[in-house]
Amino acid sequence: MIRLEPRKEPSKVLLYTTPVLAVCVTILAGIVMFAVLGKPPFRAIAIIFVDPWLDSFTVAEMMVKATPLILIAIGLSFGFRAGVWNIGAEGQFTIGALTGGMVGLAFYNMEGFWILPLMCIAGAAGGMAWAAIPAFLKTRFNANEILVSLMLTYVAVLLLSVLVHGPLKDPEGLNFPESRMFSDSAMMPILLEGTRTHIGFLAAIVAAAVAWVLFDRHVIGFQIKVAGQAPRAARYGGFVQNRVVWMCLMISGGLAGLAGLFEAAGPVGQLVPALPVGYGFTAIIVAFLGRLNPIGIVLAGFVMALTYIGGEAAQIEMNLPSAITGVFQGMFLFFLLGIDVLAKFRIRMVKPVKAGA
Amino acid sequence: MTQTPLLQLSGITKRFPGVIANDGVSFSIEPGEVHALLGENGAGKSTLVKMIYGVMRPDEGDMHFSGAPYMPAKPSEARAHGVGMVFQHFSLFDALSVAENVALGMNKDAVGANLDQQIIEVSEAYGLPLDPTRLIGSLSVGERQRVEIVRCLLQNPRLLIMDEPTSVLTPQEVDILFETLRKLSSEGCSILYISHKLEEIRALCDKATVLRGGKVVGSCDPRQETAKSLAEMMIGASLAMPVPTARTEGEKRLIVEGLSAISEDPFGVDIEDVSFTVSAGEILGVAGVAGNGQVELMEVLTGERAADKGVVRIDGEDIGRLGPSERRRRGMCSVPEERLGHGAVPDMTLWENTLLSARTRMGMESNGFLDLMAASKFATDVVAKFNVKTAGIDHVARSLSGGNLQKFIVGREIMQTPTVLVILQPTWGVDAAAAADIHRALQTLAAGGAAILVISQDLDELMAISTSFAVIAEGRLSEPVQTGTLSIEEIGLLMGGVHNSTGEEARP
Repeated sequence: MIRLEPRKEPSKVLLYTTPVLAVCVTILAGIVMFAVLGKPPFRAIAIIFVDPWLDSFTVAEMMVKATPLILIAIGLSFGFRAGVWNIGAEGQFTIGALTGGMVGLAFYNMEGFWILPLMCIAGAAGGMAWAAIPAFLKTRFNANEILVSLMLTYVAVLLLSVLVHGPLKDPEGLNFPESRMFSDSAMMPILLEGTRTHIGFLAAIVAAAVAWVLFDRHVIGFQIKVAGQAPRAARYGGFVQNRVVWMCLMISGGLAGLAGLFEAAGPVGQLVPALPVGYGFTAIIVAFLGRLNPIGIVLAGFVMALTYIGGEAAQIEMNLPSAITGVFQGMFLFFLLGIDVLAKFRIRMVKPVKAGA
Repeated sequence: MTQTPLLQLSGITKRFPGVIANDGVSFSIEPGEVHALLGENGAGKSTLVKMIYGVMRPDEGDMHFSGAPYMPAKPSEARAHGVGMVFQHFSLFDALSVAENVALGMNKDAVGANLDQQIIEVSEAYGLPLDPTRLIGSLSVGERQRVEIVRCLLQNPRLLIMDEPTSVLTPQEVDILFETLRKLSSEGCSILYISHKLEEIRALCDKATVLRGGKVVGSCDPRQETAKSLAEMMIGASLAMPVPTARTEGEKRLIVEGLSAISEDPFGVDIEDVSFTVSAGEILGVAGVAGNGQVELMEVLTGERAADKGVVRIDGEDIGRLGPSERRRRGMCSVPEERLGHGAVPDMTLWENTLLSARTRMGMESNGFLDLMAASKFATDVVAKFNVKTAGIDHVARSLSGGNLQKFIVGREIMQTPTVLVILQPTWGVDAAAAADIHRALQTLAAGGAAILVISQDLDELMAISTSFAVIAEGRLSEPVQTGTLSIEEIGLLMGGVHNSTGEEARP
């Protein structure tokens, strides 16, 4: 019989090796899955996990995908450390793209260095405003932030769709549900010449660095950690629970909104109904795969970006369905949570003991 | 004696990372014997009884129950053998009734059809009256303990393990408990009794096994020993009893007037019109039965909970609207009752836990940035000065034994040299030597000009260290008086909630 015994202290080594283990087990499971599907398993794995690294263009594309993932996951990690479960980053991302994008569209016939910063501020503010709804309902009425933030995602996506089909529609766009293209001043400057990688990637790295300092050396990070682990001790330490809820939702909402604006003003270049593609949800996996640690999140952001790029390549080269990306992302989270148990518990083989005298 | 012992332990060893909790422990318990297990905090008593009750398994050694090999893999197996245990911290659900709680903690086949009737019969038979339909949340701590005991008794135990049962009881409740235990023992049920209260062990127990550092260091007949000789056996050194300091009337440091707070918790207690002052050098002791507003009073004083009415002043400044950090800046430190999850974050290291309450006063924070070196240094100092047994300040709070964590928390607050200290249950679950150390530290702090409020359920402790004395009952505080001027009967009446103005309630 196998028994799980709680460890007195979680194993520090396992805490850092479980994400790596989860990636390995996911790849193993992928090999089995491809074999069952009748595809050459090792070639498929190579297409998804190895080939993207070999070409500078796909590496740049990974940076494009990793940017919103890292930015959103960094924001979410604040809340997840504090036990504030913002599941609606996708909605905040969408609203951020919308508010920031609307600023860009308002100045579509103007040029100026100030346009993009203004759009960034509006994007972050939009995300924060959207996150303020669950924050207010949570602190005022103790409404569950998981449900509120999640449901607001669908509201946000529909709101974007309505506006793009109506008032924001490009007057010269042959009635397609798309906004005007942003002007050059409203576009994210390109970081690597000849690719779509924009300076938003730098912003994501800076956000990770700031988060690392806050978590490790600042009372904000300390307060969030205490609030997540022991709410009564947090009060004893002089931390106000409601303030922590607001802070976490504002940080995660703001960064998600910023990521949305980066996406609209970066690779997409206009507002379209299909702008939200699930980065806000995938970022939840990124946050946990990265152990809520900023450095881990940057690495996990790349791993997840790999599943997007590699998944697309697998679709093209091996005729696999597009669900392949989602399958791998799901397996990452599943195996991570499963293997996580090992960090907190130890497995012991116990001889079956008969109950009773 | 030639009869087979009820329980025989031989060479029981249990290791945890970095520490051996039990090292080759052997002793035996005879049928009907009241056997005391005595030892300092971290001596390995809790670990040992958890193995007997099937919560943990020993790494080495074996146990025999009535001569047959015994190694319970889980508590239900131990219960099936007739081993019952009453834990120091109860495992009861506030929102469920007595009968529901009893049923939850029993093996399925042991729950009879008419549980309510069984509870009434057993509880009456042993002098522990209980109403099976009442909600746990409405019971006093003493009554809750009865629920735990009755739950064990319903399963006809042959061995009853009691972990620090009297630490939460009033003197009258202790007497009732002892009657019950003696009756059980006379009926042939053995009792393994864990306590730090040496006088109790001398009054109740037939035999005592003394643990120190995980090893058995002696066994004796406690009735043949004095409290002092037992204590010496336990700590392995002479016991220094605290000497009360002379009363010095300083300026009024902590002034509380008409403090009231309505509890948000349906099972909580409202604080009603509490007024008192504590002067420099004064130790005001507040007695009371658990659950009469002690926690609420502390939280209102420290700013963790908002007051509805009233004034709190430190050195003349009104701090009634300030939060805990601002109050600490003005000199008020505090030690809550609950160590894990309130006074310390269980999964944070000791040095991280100093940041929780000491960051403002010990210069560990500037502009929000934390000085981790200062935190480590302070934690190291606390561990050294208060003799905290731990493998290092990088270990999490949860890994310390209860008494050692208490020493750490008390040390963390006292070493911030507060001008006002509010301390709840300063020596709950702490052994005699450590309790004496804590008492001495409190007295030194007071002698240095601090005003100290000690809220405790241990009357002996309050008598020993406080210079003035009051009683809290149902959220109201009696008029503080010089310690020693109240008789035991008067204190008992006050603890029962009878204040001077409403005395007729208690008269027959």
